[in-house]
Amino acid sequence: MATAGPPVVSLREVAKRYATGTLAVQGVDLAIREGDFLALLGPSGCGKSTLLRLIAGLAEPSAGLVSRPDGDGIGFVFQEPTLMPWATAEANVALPLELKGNPRREARARAREWLGRVGLAGFERAYPRALSGGMKMRVSIARALVTQPRLLLLDEPFAALDEITRFRLNNDLLELWQRERFTVVFVTHSVFESVYLAHRIVVMAARPGRIAEEIAVTSPYPRDEAFRTSADYAAHCREVSQALTRAMAA
Amino acid sequence: MSETPAIPQPGFNWWRVAAPLLIGLLVLGGWEWLVRAREIPPYILPGPVLIAETLWRDWGSLSVSLGVTLRITFLALLLAASLGLILAVLFAQSPVIEMSLFPYAVILQVTPIVAIAPLIIIWVDDVTLSLLICAWIVAFFPILSNTTVGLNSADHNLLDLMRLYRASRWQVLWRLRLPAAMPFFLSGLRISGGLALIGAIVAEFVAGTGGRASGLAYRILESGYQLQIPRMFAALVLVSVTGIAIFMALSLLSHLLLRRWHESAMARP
Ligand SMILES: Nc1ncnc2c1ncn2[C@@H]1O[C@H](COP(=O)(O)OP(=O)(O)O)[C@@H](O)[C@H]1O
Ligand SMILES: [Mg+2]
Repeated sequence: MATAGPPVVSLREVAKRYATGTLAVQGVDLAIREGDFLALLGPSGCGKSTLLRLIAGLAEPSAGLVSRPDGDGIGFVFQEPTLMPWATAEANVALPLELKGNPRREARARAREWLGRVGLAGFERAYPRALSGGMKMRVSIARALVTQPRLLLLDEPFAALDEITRFRLNNDLLELWQRERFTVVFVTHSVFESVYLAHRIVVMAARPGRIAEEIAVTSPYPRDEAFRTSADYAAHCREVSQALTRAMAA
Repeated sequence: MSETPAIPQPGFNWWRVAAPLLIGLLVLGGWEWLVRAREIPPYILPGPVLIAETLWRDWGSLSVSLGVTLRITFLALLLAASLGLILAVLFAQSPVIEMSLFPYAVILQVTPIVAIAPLIIIWVDDVTLSLLICAWIVAFFPILSNTTVGLNSADHNLLDLMRLYRASRWQVLWRLRLPAAMPFFLSGLRISGGLALIGAIVAEFVAGTGGRASGLAYRILESGYQLQIPRMFAALVLVSVTGIAIFMALSLLSHLLLRRWHESAMARP
């Protein structure tokens, strides 16, 4: 898959120090190109979420520069589904469009269309309470994509799900990505998940949070269950695992 | 966690109604038996049957008083709900306003209403208005403090999402903070419903000693002076039943508004 496009996001010498004095990340240089599927991999507390929030513009860097798509070019998926419990699946997905001032009818129609694309046709009128963990996450993904953003940011989105559901959502996310051609930054602490999904893996180290290594996963897309059991996959997992061990020792 | 939707279990436990009803009947039966067996005179303790008869016989005058008290209670609750909500929204918009005004709301809350009711009744010429103010003072605080907490309880990630999509203050309030505050507001309303009644009754007592009121509390006072104890009990029963009815009505309202999404309104098997 060609990923030689212009950078969608670039970070230069970025640092973030919280008001508490914690230096969450430091000296981060990163360019994310159009159409890339990038995984941020690292142990908990190494600044992955902070980095993602800096990219989204939800936090301001203490030093350095972040450039990102403007307008509504960004979709964000949190670790929890983060749905409004008082609104139906359809209304939850329509929120970003309605906030932009799109007419309600049109927003709801687009929301229904996206619910269909994430495999939730028939659940438009369901309240989040009546949906399983995996289904809620699908609603959350539909909401992030309904504005057709150039950049999709996901913060350990499937960490709380069981393995079967996680594998299925991995496949569906890959399929959406190949069809819709957005750029993805996917935060995870799972070596296996990062290798399965990503084209490029950025391994992070902690205290202070920084980029330790970058690894390209050259295996071609589409990737499916056959890839999960291939020698190629196993070899990449080993390589990334070793990089992570080095990063944690450093 | 499989990918099938979790269906909320429907179900209604009849024991929740039957058990307290049974206890009530037992107590009433025991009471009646005690009064008859010991031949307690009605001016000391009337039995439930006599109270019921009195209620029936004096319904004409008692129902008028009930109407007066109900009107004050509902107006006070309405006022408390709307002003409490508006003030809570103001607090949520500006911490400066909250910091400057909240202590005064607390002062209003902690000052015993019996202590200030006489002053209010002296200052305000109109009896109804003075009663209304007293009942409002008592009912106002739970709504204000609950709603304030509720408005600030919106999910932080959802607030971030709003920022990501550049939602205006108004949009954040309308689409996120107010719905998130709804369960808190409703539970405040349930407490305030009972308090508004108490406030109205207390104020009527104070005003009634001056002979200037006609609500249920005044009937209680009047019956006390005239040693018409069964009638006093009948008025008391009306106050209690009104309190229970208000609580149940507000609980039902809360259940209807929240049943589709909030855990507190979820039916349990
Ligand atoms: N809002 C915050 N205020 C203060 N410290 C924070 C805040 N958010 C994160 N941190 C700290 O910054 C560091 C990195 O956190 P985070 O970015 O959440 O890491 P990760 O997502 O990799 O687990 C941690 O030490 C964490 O305690
Ligand atoms: Mg994190």
